[in-house]
Amino acid sequence: MRTPIAYFLLLAGVLFALGIVGVLVNRNALRIFMSVELQLNAVNLTLVAFARLRNDLGGQVLAFFSMVVAAAEVVVGLAIIVSIYRRRRSVDVDEVRELRW
Amino acid sequence: MPLDNVVFWVFAPIAVAAAVAMLLTRHVIYAALFLVANFACIAVMYLLLDAAFLFAVQIIVYAGAIMVLFLFVIMLLGVDRIDVRSERLFLQRPLAIVLGIGFVVEVTAAIRAGVGLSTHAPEGFDQLQQAGNTQAVAAVLFRDYFFPFEATSILLIVAAIAAMVLAQRKVRAVTQAEIDAEVAAGQPSDVRTAS
Repeated sequence: MRTPIAYFLLLAGVLFALGIVGVLVNRNALRIFMSVELQLNAVNLTLVAFARLRNDLGGQVLAFFSMVVAAAEVVVGLAIIVSIYRRRRSVDVDEVRELRW
Repeated sequence: MPLDNVVFWVFAPIAVAAAVAMLLTRHVIYAALFLVANFACIAVMYLLLDAAFLFAVQIIVYAGAIMVLFLFVIMLLGVDRIDVRSERLFLQRPLAIVLGIGFVVEVTAAIRAGVGLSTHAPEGFDQLQQAGNTQAVAAVLFRDYFFPFEATSILLIVAAIAAMVLAQRKVRAVTQAEIDAEVAAGQPSDVRTAS
């Protein structure tokens, strides 16, 4: 284990930033969703890196739970996108105005 | 150069490049495939961090199940139709990129202050998982985190039911009287009246 932990954290930071840019730039709900997945993965990488740094397996278990929750989140999110698409023939997030105040 | 470093410097640029390509590509389906490549690289990072179990879970759950679900939905909605071409907000793209760079700078400073840029992981992780990473994770999971583990099973069931409820097509039950009326009018609406 000779790679400094900071490199993994930096990689996670870069991936998270790319995820942020993706969420901010895109209008397509599917692309936004994929960017959110990228962010989730970056955070998981951080958790595992800190687990290694602190010699604590709790971090790996937390990353595992995070993956489970992400799986559930993807299922529900994609179902919502599909049902929005059925209703409006579009996945543009700007066109979905029902939940706006 | 130690092998760990070689593997890291091979896969980290691929991970970043795949993420950038995901943002830049025009096709949604290519974006999903680049995301798969990115997830695979992150799985290799887990291997470098002595998390063999999460390596397998990452490949199976993320690169496998979740991305297949994404591809499935992209195909279901129609690949060519779902790209959005509405006009953008003023300065949206440059501002987002500036914010992203600012975030990277901030994270770098935080890592430097908190962890140190050249801090190596301490020894002793191998003693923690002598019988193997999966066994060690299982011991922690089923001893310390047993209740959250059971709670996730409820979460998954709820999510599965929610997906079925949300994505179902509303099919109206057709009464026999309606079919008779259509047939009598000489305009059976579709196949279901044939039987």
